[in-house]
Amino acid sequence: MLEVRGLTAGYGASTALFDVSLALGEGEVATLLGRNGMGKTTTIRAILGLTPPRGGEIRFRGESLAGLPPEAIARRGIGLVPEGRQVFPTLSVRENLVATAANRAGHAQPWTLERVYGLFPRLGERAGQSARTLSGGEQQMLAIGRALMTNPHLLILDEATEGLAPVIRAEIWATLAALKARGQSILVVDKNLAALGRLADRHHVLEKGRTVWSGSGAAMIAEAERIRGWIGL
Amino acid sequence: MRERLVALAALLAALALPWIAEAAGSPASIGLATRMAIYALAAASLNLALGFGGMVSFGHAAFYGIGGYAVGILYAHWSWQEPLLGLIPGSVSLAATLLAAMAAGGVAAAAIGALSLRTGGVSFIMITLAFAQMVFFLFVSLKAYGGDDGLSIRRRGELPGLDLRDPAQLYWLCLGLLLAWLLLLRRVTRARFGQVLSAARQNERRVVALGISPYPYRLVAFILSGMGTALAGALMANATRFVSTDMLHWTKSGELMVMVILGGAGTLMGPVLGAVALVGLEYGLAGLTEHWQFILGPLLVLVVIFARGGLMAALRRLRLA
Repeated sequence: MLEVRGLTAGYGASTALFDVSLALGEGEVATLLGRNGMGKTTTIRAILGLTPPRGGEIRFRGESLAGLPPEAIARRGIGLVPEGRQVFPTLSVRENLVATAANRAGHAQPWTLERVYGLFPRLGERAGQSARTLSGGEQQMLAIGRALMTNPHLLILDEATEGLAPVIRAEIWATLAALKARGQSILVVDKNLAALGRLADRHHVLEKGRTVWSGSGAAMIAEAERIRGWIGL
Repeated sequence: MRERLVALAALLAALALPWIAEAAGSPASIGLATRMAIYALAAASLNLALGFGGMVSFGHAAFYGIGGYAVGILYAHWSWQEPLLGLIPGSVSLAATLLAAMAAGGVAAAAIGALSLRTGGVSFIMITLAFAQMVFFLFVSLKAYGGDDGLSIRRRGELPGLDLRDPAQLYWLCLGLLLAWLLLLRRVTRARFGQVLSAARQNERRVVALGISPYPYRLVAFILSGMGTALAGALMANATRFVSTDMLHWTKSGELMVMVILGGAGTLMGPVLGAVALVGLEYGLAGLTEHWQFILGPLLVLVVIFARGGLMAALRRLRLA
């Protein structure tokens, strides 16, 4: 579904990504692991066209994304839950979900307000409240719901559990597991190895702008020591 | 509930104003209220772009003036009995001239918006100002329509059943159009269109990453904004029976911005409050002293510093307190 090969990208004169490769199949959950500043967020930005790639190849559902503007890439079915959540503060919870909603792929059972509220009952309780009054965890749920409402083929979560209370984290991980069970493809950027080990099918480790290790969950457990060295936990 | 009662009371007072003015022995205040309603219409329109859309236009005087000149030019050709460009007959029909003003404002906003919206931030402010200055100098150089001296309109717009020589009827017309425009803005800003517009103001990159290009939404909002401002200009031409390049001057753009910010950008009623307050203050202070701007300036500074979010926010706080 998503295949990134030899990706290079950077900002201005500096290069942040030298050689990033990753792959994710239909209905799979894959991870992108690494310490801060290793290029995880830049990789996500490059996939979405927010930081135009300088080299390498990004293919999504069999098509190259090279040169497409961000909104065109998003329209092909990539839904991003960004780092720091970034909900629209003055819009209500309901408006945040509805404003950018779409079913461009024509899914038979698209995400609706009711289904998102079913996934996150707390959003339903706060539907009329403006998003800025939500707690951090609730804003994260809203950001996930907002991305789901575009009915993406691929959901990308960038540091989705950063700065959240352990209880809320567990809730988010449980939600991702439920989404995976429904066949949703997900790419997760995070540092929580334990939770991801159970959830993901494939892992990729970034170090200084390069993919230094890729493998299955079983392989990751076998090489746990090496990987911990890269991730620094 | 209380908010609705206050709004209803304000509406009734606005409707009854001509009778109240007549009874209080100051019929001149009907003209003042008419100016307030017209500026409120222009400010509310600018607010769609500035407040809701985050497009800080410093060129709305162009649309205001174009609306005024549409009425003036159509009147001039009507009085000369000579079609405009040999094609468009002149007119003093109110419906025709107001619609022509809105159409002209819309076309101008489409052209200016389509080019200016490719930029953002400070560049957008400067480009809208530059376009407005071009329109200003264009009309200064159009000697056929009076150039610097402006254009007198000896006949107010005509609509069967309405006599605009009666100040009260002109006032009710302006008030009615203001209310209609506010209802339209309310619908537009609450629809999904308005949500995307607000979302793009708050976080453009996020909207793009969710698959929506903000450009068409902004352009449509900018055009609507230009049309409303042109309508206000057309009404002002009818009220003063005179149009001049004063309407196109950049200080007019600034005045409209001050009204929006003073009242509360991004709220439906804020610009109306701002227009009423600014026009009222100008009138009141000008009656006290010739140097009224010396008092108005610091007052505006105080409002901006102490009432963040403008008069609208101050009112809300009062109600909560």
